[in-house]
Amino acid sequence: MLPIIIVIGGLVVILLVIALAVIAIYNGLVAKRVQCENGWAQIDVQLKRRYDLIPNLVETVKGYASHEKETLESVIRARQQAIDAGSVGEQAQAESFLTATLGKLFALSEAYPELKANENFMQLQEELTSTENKIGFARQHYNDVVSRYNTACQQFPANIVAGMFNFEQREFFEVVDEAVREAPQVQF
Amino acid sequence: MTDAPAHADKFSAYPPDLTYHDLIARNKRNSALLVLGMGALSVAVCVAVGVVIMLYANGGVSLPGLVLACVVGVFVVSMTGCWSYFSGGRALLALSGAREIQKADDPQLFNVVEEMSIAAGLPMPRVFVMHEAALNAFATGRDPRHAAVAITTGLRQRLTRDELAGVMAHEMAHIRHHDIRLTMLVATMVGLIVMAADVAGRSLRYGGRGRSRSGGKGGGAAVLIVLVIVIVLAIVAPLLARLIQFAVSRQREYLADAGAVELTRNPKGLADALRKLAADTEPLTVANRATAHLFIVNPILNARGRENLNSVFATHPPIGERVRRLEALMV
Repeated sequence: MLPIIIVIGGLVVILLVIALAVIAIYNGLVAKRVQCENGWAQIDVQLKRRYDLIPNLVETVKGYASHEKETLESVIRARQQAIDAGSVGEQAQAESFLTATLGKLFALSEAYPELKANENFMQLQEELTSTENKIGFARQHYNDVVSRYNTACQQFPANIVAGMFNFEQREFFEVVDEAVREAPQVQF
Repeated sequence: MTDAPAHADKFSAYPPDLTYHDLIARNKRNSALLVLGMGALSVAVCVAVGVVIMLYANGGVSLPGLVLACVVGVFVVSMTGCWSYFSGGRALLALSGAREIQKADDPQLFNVVEEMSIAAGLPMPRVFVMHEAALNAFATGRDPRHAAVAITTGLRQRLTRDELAGVMAHEMAHIRHHDIRLTMLVATMVGLIVMAADVAGRSLRYGGRGRSRSGGKGGGAAVLIVLVIVIVLAIVAPLLARLIQFAVSRQREYLADAGAVELTRNPKGLADALRKLAADTEPLTVANRATAHLFIVNPILNARGRENLNSVFATHPPIGERVRRLEALMV
């Protein structure tokens, strides 16, 4: 009689320990996944901010350099492409392209001293520069937390819990270098 | 545009085998130890005063009296501890003459701070400005949710955008590491005692005549109590000063520099800013011995110039060495 109780009691204790460990690991994974989601949300906020700033910028530039139609249109098109992008990879590519066309627009503004001296333009330039930086830093942070989450999902014994509850690996937000380099040569 | 590598995890400016998580744990533990230490000190002072009172009243040392003294000691440290933890940041900002600004006042400064908070994945701290010609900056607060950064107008005007980002990244690293909690507690709790001890020590040396004139038993007891407090403070003040030095070791500044590069991935910005800070000879009038360790560079100048390295209060490493370490991170 007594040995059976000891065996059953032992099993119960072991199961309890396992259950507690699973709960702890599960909560840890959830916390890391939430960090990834927050990181992604921050990138999203900054990307939207950039979409909002661009029409203003285009309008301001038009006032001083209306015949630079090609560049202005390419900026607007790049913005639309970025808004329409589906997957993380597509988005990254479209955003890199948008960054490149914006860079072209600012390079072009060098030729228009009146535009460069415009208060509104200067403000927009600071805001866009900062938003680009924020996108970069948000991406840096996002990749950091994604890497930590992915590592946590793969490590033993968390990988068992991750498999049980469908924790999927997340994609990095990578800069597509080719798009950045090729952009100036693209013709519309 | 800052060219951040796509795989943030591959980059580390920290020394090997060290992450900012270790630094956070260390700072939280040291903050708790500091409060415990201050508690022990407070109880010791109260018991010493209690014993003197009991002996003077010819009642002999009684247990209830000792217990009462301990309770008073715990009460005193709880009150100062709570004040220091919850209002210390505000007090230090006010003491430094810092005024809070909004985005419209300085969009670029605000943007740079926001960029750094995004890079660290932390909430946006409040931004303050000190109207001072001296070049300096500091961060304070009890945790990243209740944090503030402050910069002098002199420094704000002298820096380029990249340099400003370097300085603000350094402050954000202090926030991220939870350095701000420990340095805030040290400044408000220990720093003020050290300053009080300075004043007490001076009055003990030069105030002897006033004491001999006071007559009567009541006056004598009061003088005795003050004397005990002053003597205890005079004994512990150098120890506390030593404690400040240990608690806010020079290592902290090197690690914040590394943490800054971890955020900006641009050692040059901070290195250039530090060179400008090193060339500055204007003392920061609002800084004192209690708050000096908060700042990015030592704000207190001696007659020979910026750095008084042999001082007990050399809480900052030499700027040249900091720049050299940053340059080592430039590839």
